[in-house]
Amino acid sequence: MPTNDTQNFEKSFSQLQQLIQKLENSELPLDEALQLYEEGKRLSALCSSILENAQLRLTQLSEASTTQEGADEDDELDF
Amino acid sequence: MDDFLPFTPVVMTITALTNYLRKMLESDEILQDVWVKGEISNFSPSRSGHIYFTLKDNESQLRAVMWKQSALRLRFDPQDGQAVEAHGYISFYASNGQLQLYVDSMRPAGEGTLFQEFSRLKARLEGEGLFDQARKRELPSFPRHIGVVTSPSGAALQDILNTLGRRLPLLRVSLAPTAVQGAEAPAGIVKALNQLNQIADLDLIIVARGGGSIEDLWAFNDENVARTIAASRLPVIAGVGHETDFTIADFVADLRAPTPTAAAELATPITRLDLLANLQATTQNLDLVLSEKVRSLSADLQIASLELKRNSPMQRVYNNIQRHDDLRERLDRAVQAQLKAKELAVAALGARLAALNPTAVLSRGFAIVSSASTGKIISKTTQTLAGQSILIRFQDGTSSAIVQDPSGGTHANQ
Repeated sequence: MPTNDTQNFEKSFSQLQQLIQKLENSELPLDEALQLYEEGKRLSALCSSILENAQLRLTQLSEASTTQEGADEDDELDF
Repeated sequence: MDDFLPFTPVVMTITALTNYLRKMLESDEILQDVWVKGEISNFSPSRSGHIYFTLKDNESQLRAVMWKQSALRLRFDPQDGQAVEAHGYISFYASNGQLQLYVDSMRPAGEGTLFQEFSRLKARLEGEGLFDQARKRELPSFPRHIGVVTSPSGAALQDILNTLGRRLPLLRVSLAPTAVQGAEAPAGIVKALNQLNQIADLDLIIVARGGGSIEDLWAFNDENVARTIAASRLPVIAGVGHETDFTIADFVADLRAPTPTAAAELATPITRLDLLANLQATTQNLDLVLSEKVRSLSADLQIASLELKRNSPMQRVYNNIQRHDDLRERLDRAVQAQLKAKELAVAALGARLAALNPTAVLSRGFAIVSSASTGKIISKTTQTLAGQSILIRFQDGTSSAIVQDPSGGTHANQ
């Protein structure tokens, strides 16, 4: 099962923030700074695409008394 | 005989009689403020908005009318055969000669009992402190995983999923399906809440149901449901019925939403748009940091090239020329100073010399004796010989003399 969107987004976003901080606070050689910048651009695009393409993920627990099917076809029933 | 009446009777018109009847009815306190229970029949809403119907029980019936103004406030759709409790006053409708109940409010039969039950439970739980603001838990501002307790086939679920999907599609949603009305609903809702509370990474729970009559919503006034919400490990948002419906679940929940859709909105204060805006700002910051870096590097470069220029050999040559000029100037200044000092010394000597001028002494009566032959100054008797020619210099000139006796007297002066 792929890790979920929220985790991916949060991970990438926090990497992006750390990277900016590193770029801000340290005396990096220009080529390393450029490498960090490229990586930052990649993370930013990744975050943006996760937000654009995210889909609510629905899991239906089993019902107490009578079992009724959920409406959505793409329900994940992994509990 | 029987049909002969000795007195002329008072004969009333119908209108006068009906007016009299109406006055009688309307002066009766009981008939002016009365609750009547019965079953609706001949229900007929008119196009004007007023509704006409008959209330009946097994033996009797009564015409009833409800004006539009009151009918608009009805919280249910009356139907033929429905048992209701109606409140209003009795009067007489002259046009068709009938007594009528003028209804100003009406509720399904039994609602009165339900309401009393509701009030008692509410007061009891409130007394236990279950509704205290201090008990309300804070909701997470950025939930990752939301649990939903509702009917899997209800419109409330679709409203919630649509709203959550539109606002924060990163979410995971776990649905604990349960009946939300009927006899089994309270136990089902309790079980669903407990199921969701066992999910470790769940952030909050929405308990929801679409609008309905007060009986439809009754499961949310159940004491066990209320206590389960109060005991929930996770914060609970209640979104039950419409804006005007208040259930015990609403009071005990951490947050009351007016509708299921509103519950989904309140559960997601941070939306995808907020995240996108934040991402955009962060990415701009990345660009800014890099261009700042480049600016600072080019400033460094400028400083370095200035440094280089300062350290070039040409600069050293110029420096030496300048130093040379400086030295020459210092030399000139030193020589000038020396000369000046010598001049001063000469002047000082001249002054001292003037002070030592022997002619100054001559004016006070002293004379200078010198040998006429050698010109040497004679300051002692032993330097003289008898018959020696000497010169005596006075203030104003010189006289010549001959020494008679070199040691002839203690006074040599003449």
